[in-house]
Parts: sequence; structure tokens; C-alpha cells
Amino acid sequence: MTNKNGRFGIHGGQYIPETLMNAVIELEEAYNYYKNDPGFNRELSALFNDYAGRPSRLYYAKKMTEDLGGAKIYLKREDLNHTGAHKINNVLGQALLAQKMGKTRLIAETGAGQHGVATATAAALMGMECVVFMGEEDTKRQALNVYRMRLLGSEVIPVKSGTATLKDAVSEAMREWTSRIADTHYCLGSVMGPHPFPTIVRDFQAVISKEIKEQMLEKEGRLPDAVIACVGGGSNAIGSFYHFIGDKDVRLIGCEAAGRGIDTFETAATINTGRLGIFHGMKSYFCQDEDGQIAPVYSISAGLDYPGVGPEHAHLHDIGRAEYVAVTDEEAVQAFEYLSKTEGVIPAIESSHAVAHAMKIAPAMRKDQIIVINLSGRGDKDCAAIARYRGEDIYE
Amino acid sequence: MSKIKNAFQNGKAFIPFITCGDPDLATTAAAVRAAAKNGADLIELGIPFSDPTAEGPVIQAANIRALSGGVKTDKIFDLVRELRTDVTVPMVFMTYANVVFSYGAERFISTCAEAGIDGLILPDIPYEEKDEFLPLCRQYGVDLISLIAPTSENRIGMIAKEADGFIYIVSSLGVTGVRSEINTDLGSIVNIIRQNTDVPCAIGFGISTPEQAKKMADLSDGAIVGSAIIKLLAKYGKDAPKHIGAYVKEMKDAIR
Repeated sequence: MTNKNGRFGIHGGQYIPETLMNAVIELEEAYNYYKNDPGFNRELSALFNDYAGRPSRLYYAKKMTEDLGGAKIYLKREDLNHTGAHKINNVLGQALLAQKMGKTRLIAETGAGQHGVATATAAALMGMECVVFMGEEDTKRQALNVYRMRLLGSEVIPVKSGTATLKDAVSEAMREWTSRIADTHYCLGSVMGPHPFPTIVRDFQAVISKEIKEQMLEKEGRLPDAVIACVGGGSNAIGSFYHFIGDKDVRLIGCEAAGRGIDTFETAATINTGRLGIFHGMKSYFCQDEDGQIAPVYSISAGLDYPGVGPEHAHLHDIGRAEYVAVTDEEAVQAFEYLSKTEGVIPAIESSHAVAHAMKIAPAMRKDQIIVINLSGRGDKDCAAIARYRGEDIYE
Repeated sequence: MSKIKNAFQNGKAFIPFITCGDPDLATTAAAVRAAAKNGADLIELGIPFSDPTAEGPVIQAANIRALSGGVKTDKIFDLVRELRTDVTVPMVFMTYANVVFSYGAERFISTCAEAGIDGLILPDIPYEEKDEFLPLCRQYGVDLISLIAPTSENRIGMIAKEADGFIYIVSSLGVTGVRSEINTDLGSIVNIIRQNTDVPCAIGFGISTPEQAKKMADLSDGAIVGSAIIKLLAKYGKDAPKHIGAYVKEMKDAIR
């Protein structure tokens, strides 16, 4: 899918300071070696299976299917992974790679805190030092995750610059990486940033679609009609799409966070409202003003609150292979509540965006059709925020 | 050959950096004139960007002050046209790729040439991505400035061979900002550059005192100072230009 310098069509590339160029070249060389190394893959599989709890279940949501009265709905239960989200897949891969490269320190950005917690977890497991950058706003919204990271032995640095959210945490992690490269690996949390990150993160997350395909063939003897996932940077979405890209009959649907609506400024729906630009190491679509200044974005979900999207998604959009729809805060909250009551599964507010879209399209589909929703994370972390959204003043 | 070469004809070059629109464009114009009058050989004009990933806290804050003041790319081009009625010192823009890309690369670079900008520094455009801008820069006679970092190692020769205008040597790891000491073996970097090109090179990042500037200029062809000047703007606001003039004179006298 990528050509030289990590292009996905016109997207991707390596738009980074010269100071980091040898670091990303070293990373690419190491990755190209280890991705085909049987020993590395054995170690990673063991971590996936014995530590993270893979393979994750593909669960038939019978009550939801019957209630919506259309397509059969399956949930890919990434929420059941260790640390409660798909983020652990990428982090275990990158931490193992970093260790092979002789790095002793991981740095990471985090929005909701899921990637930060996953990185702190892997660092604890592998005996590595860990520093997580988190927007100051997000440290307040997700105080419990800040505690979890510290409990796991990581340092959490609140980022005060800019809008003090995810994009600023990424900028600060990049700045930190330029100041300390020799012993430090930047464990980027999504399919974004400079090449080779979008490819590396995609490959580690592709285990999701590999398993969906096997499980679906086993349970139904056929491929699904649609795979639906939420998209911020887009790592769980590309992970659940990847092995279906060649299967043209499988619809791939990414759900962006519309926030208060794509006709408002309080949105984070990049493909729906952004335009082509260059930022955070990549060419892709970004929410920005007419002078190319990156826009402050908004979503109820801290994990989707990012003004850009991974370059491979931008390309899948360009060639029409995947559809990108916008889901509002209100729709996501309704889906959060619906899945909790209907299936006894509390989805992350991020994943609830995908659930919401499935609720829209399933009733109009035939009963012999199949939808897979990638349930990328669990929603325990969101309960206090959703209660507040509904006017109930509880704190964790 | 661009005017940038002239900047290195008066002994070692002193190159100050000023963020446009901090706190307003009238102050920027006065600061540029004060710097030019007091011996600046080349002036770097920063076009503010919302998320300047190569900058430390001092220049980040200047970007925020400028953007909050409502500065726009077109107003900065107007500022340059106005400055060019009397300021002859070479001037280059320092900004991020998205500012240029969003304006339209050809429209931006041709407007630079028309307004009187001699070069362009884009810290998020490494050697591998320069083909997006370099042909247009050469077509319109605007030098795309190459950066070389302490981590460049095996890349120094490759970058130097294709460099235009001058080479910006990043003194140390990390982002822009004042440093108490600089420990990189810059002499070796300059030696490799000189084996590969006649294009002059100047050192920036972390330089604030006349002693540091002298040391860096002795190693290369000039010294670039950003954060120390931005601190004057942060401290004195609209009154900063006279302080910037005095500072530029002190620094140029130290290295000339």
C-alpha cells in the first residue's frame, strides 16, 4: 500500500525536522528487519495471547440485532483486551521493537489516556522508563487514567501549550523526542505522524481484521457486509479494515466525531470538514483555517478530539474504498446508553460513535446481511463524563 | 545568485529572528528597521503557526501572541512590501510547511519573490520532502534553506551538496530556546559541509550571549538568534524595537 517514503496515494510522507530524520530511518530499518523475524513474531504473539488476552471475541449481539430488526450485528470485543482497548496491540509491538533496538525509554502522547495507560503498562512489563504527555485539559477530564499511569510507574507531563488537548500532547512528545533520541523511542499511538509510524501501527493493529475474518468465516462461513469503526487518528479503524481492503464487497465505514455537528465549529470530523494539509509529520486532511492554522477541534470523546486523520484513511477516502461518516456527541451518548442496556456491554464513548452508525444503518439492511462493529474500548472511563452530559453531577 | 550571499560579505553574519505580528505588525516593521540599522546581515521573519513543533516555549508564546493579534499571511506579505521601500538587507521567511502549502506553494513562493523575500526556512521539510518546494523556489529565485542537525551524521554531505542560500546548522538537540552551553562538535559538522559546498553556513538554536555568538560565528560563517530577541518583544512589547537595535549592535560587534 505504501511506496517510497511511506506514501498512501498523495498522503503520508516524512514532514519532520532534520534532527529526527535518522531516528525514523533507524526505526524503519529495524522494523523492516524484525517484522519478518520469526523470533520477534513468536515473542509478540506470546505477548498478544498470554498477556493481552488475544484473540479478542467476536460476539453476536442477538438482542441488539432483534431490536433493530435488520442486519445481524457482531461486536469485535477489543474492549476485553488487557488495559481495556485496542491500544495495547500497537504498544506491545512498538515496545518490543524498541527493546530490540536497544532503547530503554518510551515516550508517548495520550488523549483520553488509553494509549498512555497501554504504554505505561508495556513499559512496566518490559522494565522501561516511560514518560507520557497529556493535554492539561485531558488530565482533568481523565484524572483516573492519570493515576493509573503513575501507578504503573510512568511520569505524566500535563501539556499546557495550545489548546492543551491531544494535538498539543503530540507536538510536545515530538519536541521531547528531538531533545532525546539515543535511548528513547516515541511510541506513537495512532496511524499518523511521519513514515514509518502509520505503517507500523497499522501492521500491529491489523491483527483485529485478521481475527475478524477468521472468526466470521468460522461462525458464518462468509465475510461481513460492513465493518464499522470509529476514527480519530484511525488506528482501530485501519486495524479492523486492513485485511478486508481487497474484499470489495465488504463496506468499510469510519465514524468521525462530529461533536456538536459538522455545520458547527465544535467538531473533530476531519474528512467531513477538513482539507488537505501538512502537519505532525504527514500530509493528510486536517481541520484548519484559510491560512493553514490548525483549528481547535471538539468532541465529547477525548480519544477522537484530534484535528487530523491518518494518511491511509485519507487515501481510502480519496479512492472511495472506505466511507467516512460523522456522528454527533448526542448520537454517540445515545448509543453508549443503548448498548449498555441492550447487551450489558458498556462501550467507550469513542467506540459508541461506531455503535451509533450501526444503529442507523442496520434497520434498513436485510436480515441475512452482517455488520461487524469494532468495539475498540470499554466505557468505564467515560461513565462520570456521560453522567455529567446527562446533567448528573458525579465524580470518580 | 540570490541576495543572501551579500549577508556573508561583512565579516561573520549576525542573523536575528523576529516573529511577524508580535505584538503587532507595526512593531515588527520597527524591529526589522532597528535590526537592519544596527548591523543585522540577514533577517529571519517568522510567519506564525498555530502548532510550531520545532519551537521551545519562548517562540511558541510569540506565535500565540501574533495569531491572537489577528496576523494573516497576506498582511505579512504587505509588511514585507512596505519594508522593501527602504530596507535592503536580505530577508528570509521562517514558517511551517502547512502555511506555505495552504496558501498554495507556487502562489506563496512567487509572492515571496515579488514582495522581496530572498529565502525560505521550513523546519518540517527535510531533504526527503524538499522536492515539493525546491523546484518552485529555484524557478522564482527564492532560496530554500537546508537545515543540518547534530544527528545528521551521514546525511551532512548529501544535504550540503544541494543547499542554496546558506545552511542553517542546528546547534543542539531539542527545540529552539536559550541554552547555557552548547556541546555539539560543530567544528566537525562545518568541516564536512565545507568539503561539499561553498554555500555559507550559520549556527542557530540556543545562542543568546555575545560570547556564545562569537564562539559559534568563529566556528562557522554566522550566528542566528531567535528566542533572546523574542524575549525582548515579550518584555517590552511595542517598545521592544529600540532594545532589539541595541542588542543587535552588541551581538554584531562581538562577532564581526
